[in-house]
Amino acid sequence: MSAPLLTVEHLSMRFGGLVAVGDLSFTAPSRAITAVIGPNGAGKTTVFNCLTGFYRPSVGRLTLAHAGQTHFLERMEGFDIARKARVARTFQNIRLFPNMTALENLIVAQHDTLMRASLWSIGGLFGLAGYRQAERQAVDRARHWLDQAELLEFADVEAGALPYGAQRKLEIARALCTQPVLLCLDEPAAGLNPRESADLNRLLLAIRDAEGIGILLIEHDMSVVMGISDHIVVLDYGQKIAEGPPAAIRADASVIRAYLGEPEDSA
Amino acid sequence: MAALVALGLAFPLVGHRLEDSVNGLSLGYRFDWVAIGVAAVFFGRLTIGLLGGVPRIAAFDRLKGLRMDWLGWVLAAIAIALPFLPFADRNLIDKATLVLIYVMLGWGLNVVVGLAGLLDLGYVAFYAVGAYSYALLSLYFDLSFWVCLPLAGLFAAGFGVLLGFPVLRLRGDYLAIVTLGFGEIIRVILLNWQSFTGGPNGITSIARPSFFGLVFSADPPEGRMAFHQALGIDYSSLHRVMFLYFLILALALLTNFVTLRLRRLPIGRAWEALREDEIACRALGINPTTTKLSAFAIGAMFGGFAGSFFATRQGFVSPESFTFIESAIVLAIVVLGGMGSQIGVVVAALLLIGLPEWFRDLQLYRMLVFGLAMVAIMLWRPRGLLSHRDPTILLSEMKR
Ligand SMILES: Nc1ncnc2c1ncn2[C@@H]1O[C@H](COP(=O)(O)OP(=O)(O)OP(=O)(O)O)[C@@H](O)[C@H]1O
Ligand SMILES: [Mg+2]
Repeated sequence: MSAPLLTVEHLSMRFGGLVAVGDLSFTAPSRAITAVIGPNGAGKTTVFNCLTGFYRPSVGRLTLAHAGQTHFLERMEGFDIARKARVARTFQNIRLFPNMTALENLIVAQHDTLMRASLWSIGGLFGLAGYRQAERQAVDRARHWLDQAELLEFADVEAGALPYGAQRKLEIARALCTQPVLLCLDEPAAGLNPRESADLNRLLLAIRDAEGIGILLIEHDMSVVMGISDHIVVLDYGQKIAEGPPAAIRADASVIRAYLGEPEDSA
Repeated sequence: MAALVALGLAFPLVGHRLEDSVNGLSLGYRFDWVAIGVAAVFFGRLTIGLLGGVPRIAAFDRLKGLRMDWLGWVLAAIAIALPFLPFADRNLIDKATLVLIYVMLGWGLNVVVGLAGLLDLGYVAFYAVGAYSYALLSLYFDLSFWVCLPLAGLFAAGFGVLLGFPVLRLRGDYLAIVTLGFGEIIRVILLNWQSFTGGPNGITSIARPSFFGLVFSADPPEGRMAFHQALGIDYSSLHRVMFLYFLILALALLTNFVTLRLRRLPIGRAWEALREDEIACRALGINPTTTKLSAFAIGAMFGGFAGSFFATRQGFVSPESFTFIESAIVLAIVVLGGMGSQIGVVVAALLLIGLPEWFRDLQLYRMLVFGLAMVAIMLWRPRGLLSHRDPTILLSEMKR
């Protein structure tokens, strides 16, 4: 395997006395789907929040290495992680811009590129040709991802008015419009019906293969996790209890124990 | 229930009146007034309750579907033609000018409150900064209006950034309170810095603006040409009133044009996105602080322009003109018009500033009608008169 895209070393996150994540280490390569699973409250979302700068880790080093550049995520501001290190994420409880259309949501995601093209608004105000062309490219990229997510018909509909499954996919499309190298998805299949979650599987595999980016996936739906993951990290009470390919995880005794609880007699 | 609340409120407020009797002042009671008020609230609530909620009024509902593009052009055309209409007298143009000042302030604040979603209760501070910048610059440096106008805008924008830095990490209510405080601080400074700002007396005899160097005066000062001489027409004091009217109209339209333009640029979309969800914005690489600061600065700049216009129109500024109530009125215009709606601001300014001015004769009942109108609007259109939001870009309208 090539050098990992993301390296997490000794990550710990404490809230007062509560250790939400304790001494966690794992790596995630490009062009692969790495799943992070675990029972409720295991600390999965907390890991994402540390990676994307919403929390500052108590201890640990988060390294993102891509195209000859190395970023230490634990030292960066949240918006710089998205802008410079190119880590994109979605949220467990969807966070779209509900009163803006689907297309506008995807254009906002390309803020940084467009801001540069509009010369921090001054050029855009006077209608420079360079900006108009950049905007056309942004729309093309948005159209591409709307098409991939089968949302093209909803392009001009307010995001808040979309059906639930479409909102989930739109949030993924929006994250992709930032042209990430690492995409972090927090329970993308939550609330989807079996057909929708099969669609989602296909979409995620297509992204992995076509874009060659790394995907970090938090998911409770085992049909999704086992179906598409290349590698699985299992957390329980903030600790890593197992790690390996899907087949090995499925057979792992400690994982089964964490999910099903201790057997009566040993308790 | 509502009637009980009304009783509790009305009793101390309208229940008493000061009576001038032989032995000095004494308190009188107006039980009849209280009774009327409470009965009105009671039956009002009862009807609403009986009808199963607020009855929908078809005309209001239709507002939603209406395309607003043409309305804007019609209003602009009326505004331009207004001074030339046969019934337009000095009084009317003066009032229209006043309405336009508030339209401009409303549009400026709309950037901050309507687009970026930052509740600013101290907008009058930037209005004051603009007015005093012009007054002081023309007093100490003898600069002309046209030089001062951009400077005043810059100063106000500078103050916007200065205020923005510490407070923009606050949210919602906290931001509102701090901005309210800032508005008052500016006023108190203006009031107390006697040697520089003239304190409560303000600054008088501020230079009037000229029209490309032509002054508006019956007998121009040495070496200057007057407007009526240049055009070879008789002097009329109406010229200056009309000139001021067109000046504020141009400034307001500039504000509108720039705002509409910015809305379609990445910065404007980021403002709206920030209003919708700040956390999502951060995850998309948008720096919330600088984005908010830019909204604050642009809004403040327009407030500064309006302020220097105010100063040149009055020829006089004093801290009294910049009290909290001004911020409240401008905010009411923005909220009533429908947050973020440019035309809504115009309509609301006409309602809130225009109507009370025209019905000045009704004196006593003016504020009562004003209050009733507010209640009606909040009942029927809780999101503002024109709450429709136009998308900034449509895939269906893009050419491949
Ligand atoms: N900001 C915070 N302050 C205090 N405690 C927190 C905070 N964020 C998370 N926690 C705690 O950390 C633990 C892990 O939470 P986290 O949200 O990471 O779990 P999760 O694995 O994502 O669970 P779920 O599957 O329910 O989404 C929980 O006990 C939670 O209460
Ligand atoms: Mg979670």
